[in-house]
Amino acid sequence: MINFQYLRTTSAKSALALLQKDKNAKFIAGGTNLIDLMKRGVTSPEKLIDINHVPLRQIELVGHNIIIGALASNTNVAENKLIKEKLPLLAMALNAGASAQLRNVATVGGNMMQRTRCGYFYDTEMPCNKREPGSGCGAIGGFNRMHAIFGTSDKCIAVHPSDMCVALTALDAVVVIANAKGERKLLFKDFHRLPGDTPQLDNNLKADEMIIRLEIPANNLAAHSHYLKVRDRASYAFALVSVAAAVEISDNKIKDVRLAMGGVAHKPWRLTASEDFLKGKEANAQNFEQAASLAMSGAKGFGENDFKLAMSPNSIIEALNLATAKV
Amino acid sequence: MQSSDKESNRGDTRRDFLKKSSVITAIALTPAAAVKAAENQADERFAELFEKIPLNITVNNKAYSTSVEPRVTLLDYLREELHLTGTKKGCDHGQCGACTLHADGERINSCLSLAVMNEGKKITTIEGLASGAELHPMQAAFIKHDGFQCGYCTPGQIMSAVACVNEGHTGSRAEIAEYMSGNICRCGAYPNIVDAIIEVSKGGAKV
Repeated sequence: MINFQYLRTTSAKSALALLQKDKNAKFIAGGTNLIDLMKRGVTSPEKLIDINHVPLRQIELVGHNIIIGALASNTNVAENKLIKEKLPLLAMALNAGASAQLRNVATVGGNMMQRTRCGYFYDTEMPCNKREPGSGCGAIGGFNRMHAIFGTSDKCIAVHPSDMCVALTALDAVVVIANAKGERKLLFKDFHRLPGDTPQLDNNLKADEMIIRLEIPANNLAAHSHYLKVRDRASYAFALVSVAAAVEISDNKIKDVRLAMGGVAHKPWRLTASEDFLKGKEANAQNFEQAASLAMSGAKGFGENDFKLAMSPNSIIEALNLATAKV
Repeated sequence: MQSSDKESNRGDTRRDFLKKSSVITAIALTPAAAVKAAENQADERFAELFEKIPLNITVNNKAYSTSVEPRVTLLDYLREELHLTGTKKGCDHGQCGACTLHADGERINSCLSLAVMNEGKKITTIEGLASGAELHPMQAAFIKHDGFQCGYCTPGQIMSAVACVNEGHTGSRAEIAEYMSGNICRCGAYPNIVDAIIEVSKGGAKV
C-alpha cells in the first residue's frame, strides 16, 4: 500500500474543515472497502481523514423518524431493538451482507460509499471506465455473470454491491449531508447514480460533503417484510439478485408495498411500476406474477448474466410470497 | 503543518502537540520526525521518506506506546512489530478470516484495519486467550473435537468462535455456521468446529 497522510478528527465540523482544505482527501471510517482498494492499487488517496471518533453513532426514534448516525456500525444497526422492531427489512438486509467481522467495523455511511466489486474495476491491468474514465469496459463482452441488467450504459454495466442500500431504498430513507456551510437532505433513491457517461461517479455526494445521518420515516410495513438474497453460496457472498419486499395488508388488500432489487443495476433498483400495480390489489400469486413481469420492463442481459432475466422475476415473486406469508 | 511548527517553537515537543490536538496530522517531513523514527530504530531509508505517528495500544493486557507508519495494518503491526505471529495472514483482503482478533471485545479482520485506527483500543489475539498453561475453553474444545485440519486458519476460527458464543449466535448449528462464515477455510461447514462451539456455548459462561 502506498503511504499517505493520516489525520484524525473528533467532530464533523473539523472533518469538513479538513476536507474543505483538500478536496482530494478521503474520509476513512470502518475502512473495510477502502483499505482493500488501496492494497490493490485501485485507489491511492494522498490523505486520509479518520472520522471514527466523530460522534455519529446514534440510533434513535425522533418524532416519526428513525435516525441512524452515519458512523453506526452495521452490527449495531442490525442488532438494535428499535431497528428489529420497526425496520426488520433493514436488519435482515444488513445481516445478509458480509461477515460478522466486517459488519462489526463497517459503518452505514461507508456502506453507502462502497465501490462495485466488478472484477474489471478491481484488476488494474484491465480497462474500466469507472476506475479510469475513457479506458473502456472489460465487462461488456467479457466475464459479466455478476453484472447489471437494468439502467446500464455502453460505458459501464457494474452493479452496486450493498444489501443495506437496497432496503434503505425500499424504506424511503432520507440522507442528511453536510458541508462546511450547512446541511442538505437527499432522498435515498437519488443518492446513487446510474452510470451514463460518468460511471466513475457512484453517487451524488459532492467533494466537500459528508454523510451525517439517515432519517427513515416510520411505516406499517414491519409485519410483512423480507429481504431475499440469491447468491452462489449460502453465506458471505455478494448477491446475484436480491429483493427487498415490504407489504402492508389491510382487509385482505395491499395497502402499501415497497419493492427494490440489488445485484441488477448500478444503484439500488426500486420497482415503482410493480408497486403501483399491486396497491389496492389482493396479495395473491396471479398479482405477484404480474408485478414481477412489470418489473422486467427494459431489462437487458449481456450474455453471461442472461440468467438474471429469469432469476429476477422469480426472486420478486418469492420475496413477495415470503413477506406476505409472515404472520 | 504551520500550526505544528508554531507549537514546537513554544517549546512543546511535537509529540506533546500531537497528544493535545484533536486533529493529529502526520507525514510532515521534518528533521524531528526523522530523529524520532531513528530513536525507534526504524529502517533509516523509511525514516527519511515517511514519518511514523504515535500509537498507544493494549495487546493481550500489555500496554504498548509506539509509533507506526499510517499504512501499517493492525495485522502487520502485530506480526512484524510485536512478533505476535499467532494471528495469521491469509488472503490479506478481509475474505478468509484467518486474521480475526478482538478489538475492544468485538471480532474484526485485522488485515483491513490500520494500526493507527486502533489507538487506545484493547486488542486480544489468540496468544492472549489462554491463562498461562491453562487453555481457554474454546481452545480445549477445538482440540477435543478435532476442530483443525492444516491448522493455519485455526487461530482466526477460535477467535471467531469465542465471539460467536459471546454474541449469542449459537442457537442452532445453522446459526453457528452462518456466524462462522466469515472464516472461509472450513467455513462453519466443518462439523467438528460447530461441535466445539456448541460444547463451549452449553457451558453458559462468557468466554
